[in-house]
Amino acid sequence: MMAVARPSEADVEPSAPIAGATLGAEGITHVFASAAGGPGVKALDNVDLTLARGEFFSVIGPSGCGKSTLLEIASGLMVPTEGQVSFEGNVLRGKVPDGIGIVFQEDASFAWLSVWDNVAFGLRRRSVDPAEIRRRVDYAVAFMGLQDFSQSYPAQLSGGMRQRVCIARTLVLQPRLILLDEPFGALDQQTRLLMGEEVLRLWRETGATVMLITHSLDEAAMLADRVGIMSARPGRFIETLSTGWPRERDSGIVADPRFGELTAAMWSLLRAESMRSMRRGGA
Amino acid sequence: MTRRLDSLWFALGVIALWQALYQIAGDEALASPWQTLRQAAEMLASAGFWNHVEATFEAFGWAVLLSIVLGLAIGLVLGFSKLAGEVFEPILNALYAIPKITLYPVILLFFGLGLPAKVAFGTIHGIFPIILLSMNGVRSIRPVVRKTARALGLSGSETIRTILLPAALPEIFSGIRIGFALTLLGTLIGELFASNRGIGFLLLRAADRQDVPMTMALILFLFVIAAAAGAGLLAIDRKLHHKA
Amino acid sequence: MSRVALLRLAVVVGFVAVVELLCRLGVITPLTMIPPSAMLLSLVHLIADGEVNADLVFTLTNIAAAITLSIVSGFILGVIIHALPRLRRVVDPLLAAYYAVPTFVFYPLLLVVLGVNRLPLIVIGAMFGVVGMTVSTIDGIDRIPRVLMKTASAYDMNPITAALLIKLPAATPHLFTGVKLAVTYSVIGVVAGEFILSIAGMGRSIAFAYNDLDNTKMYGLLLLLLTITTLLNVALQLIEQRLYKRWGRA
Repeated sequence: MMAVARPSEADVEPSAPIAGATLGAEGITHVFASAAGGPGVKALDNVDLTLARGEFFSVIGPSGCGKSTLLEIASGLMVPTEGQVSFEGNVLRGKVPDGIGIVFQEDASFAWLSVWDNVAFGLRRRSVDPAEIRRRVDYAVAFMGLQDFSQSYPAQLSGGMRQRVCIARTLVLQPRLILLDEPFGALDQQTRLLMGEEVLRLWRETGATVMLITHSLDEAAMLADRVGIMSARPGRFIETLSTGWPRERDSGIVADPRFGELTAAMWSLLRAESMRSMRRGGA
Repeated sequence: MTRRLDSLWFALGVIALWQALYQIAGDEALASPWQTLRQAAEMLASAGFWNHVEATFEAFGWAVLLSIVLGLAIGLVLGFSKLAGEVFEPILNALYAIPKITLYPVILLFFGLGLPAKVAFGTIHGIFPIILLSMNGVRSIRPVVRKTARALGLSGSETIRTILLPAALPEIFSGIRIGFALTLLGTLIGELFASNRGIGFLLLRAADRQDVPMTMALILFLFVIAAAAGAGLLAIDRKLHHKA
Repeated sequence: MSRVALLRLAVVVGFVAVVELLCRLGVITPLTMIPPSAMLLSLVHLIADGEVNADLVFTLTNIAAAITLSIVSGFILGVIIHALPRLRRVVDPLLAAYYAVPTFVFYPLLLVVLGVNRLPLIVIGAMFGVVGMTVSTIDGIDRIPRVLMKTASAYDMNPITAALLIKLPAATPHLFTGVKLAVTYSVIGVVAGEFILSIAGMGRSIAFAYNDLDNTKMYGLLLLLLTITTLLNVALQLIEQRLYKRWGRA
């Protein structure tokens, strides 16, 4: 079951029909057990999610609404208390399948490896022949603009560059579904816009399905084909908006009048939820 | 380059201060830098001296080996096992805080005089920083690193081998570095009480005879060795942390 | 009591019980070690008799003096070294090497200069602890976030006020680590000194008991020393916990 897109005041295109959904999640409820044995914390409440092949889906919601939990469940890292997730038709059972790549919020680069070795890490674990490894790593490093730093160590790089290393490391494994959990949270607004363009470029070139979690309205509006708006905890999708942007888009889209309408529509849905979360001490 | 020059100035400053103290305190208390150097040269030339050095380093070698092997084994187990770590950490901290001197008579009674006692002294001094820092090194690995291992589909043993151990290595090495210095201290102390061979023994004998130049020559020797080893280990430590 | 605390208690009690058993069974001979219960009994007698009181007072006052000396001089040294980066670079490896040299080799020197009394004991105790305090001070000042100093400027504070009202509290968690080290090492330095010098104090009593093969008395004294240092450390832990609770980790 997919949340139906509601047309906003603007002339918004209807969502594309699903042609072989990449990811299907049904009835996802997740409760975190509390340490003392009391009532747990319900992070997600009966969430449904379908990602069509090749689409860019963004999730936006107030702090603490369960977005990261949803991402980890969708990836296979976590098994939900109720409901199930299937990737390319196979049900996930607590293991991340080949074909799914994850970029986390925190810096996950390995401090003891050079940039090049970081990117090569995942490939080396599989039996890929060395010439092929070299080719793919060189490509990924160049793609993310890191070629001048390939021998540097993460401690010597800025936060944005370290995230690029993490993205390159995911990219080199040629995932068909890429999950990004607020990857640019620690960066300034301008860098974020540019990094957003990088992600779009990545999306176009790999043809992968992408799900990106963010708390930035601009980011969601600019990057996504569809935006899922989550409520405050326990999280569920209130609404899904289709942006209707062309595939060939970049940060210049912020100038398009529809951009403003979209963010306005998002905020009108989010504002109450954000206030609820803030009052709870979430913000 | 400036650093080398600065070190030179510093060394000169220390020597000047030393000389000044000598002038004030006199022959009974201190030996002048020159006297000390002369005595040291004599000392280094005598075969007997090197026998003692060998004795010390034999004991030291065993103690370091034991400290590292046992220290790592215990520290890593406590780091990887949440329950064991929680149970034992306060006990370890309490043991660490015990002044080791309370154990000296006990060690002597258990091991008698000689090599085993010296090794025991050395080990009890050096093992604690190794345990504490390797335990902490494993524990302080950020959760996102473990999540990444699972995201990349690594097995448990692969994760430990290729991610957790390299991630904890800088801190583990710091523990070894500190343990190294403390083990040397412990071995020397052991020699003061438990042996008639070794540098510690030489020190005690020189102090007993009030042979000031000899005492100071020995201290100089010890300090140079400890500083050189320390600097070497520090350099490796810096490399491991990949500082910019 | 939580499960973890119970396990911990079990481990400690278990260990003591095993040692007690080994002693009673004669696996460990009384010439080597007496059973823990006998140690406790000896401790109680020592305190009840009061013969250990003078020694105790002597040792404790020495320790207090050594701690004070090492904290104050360690702090001052740390501030100075931190303020002079060139000096710092040179001194860094030396500080690390310091612990390997048994500082009490300077003992004979101190005896001549200060006389055969408690002063050399105090100075030796302080010398042990001063480096730990120095390193912690340098570290602590290092970690004061620059934004705090900018805030001091925004309030138009002069350097001394800024140091007292902002730098010192901000660095305190780290300084406290140095204080703990200073305490531990001062105890070691003083008691070890008393072992060797043997003019008075707990160290001397222990040395005498050892030489007289009076294991009962010796282990009783060792247990007393252990108890005192444990109490000291527990006190320090509690203070540290309150500090961290209120102020957060640096």
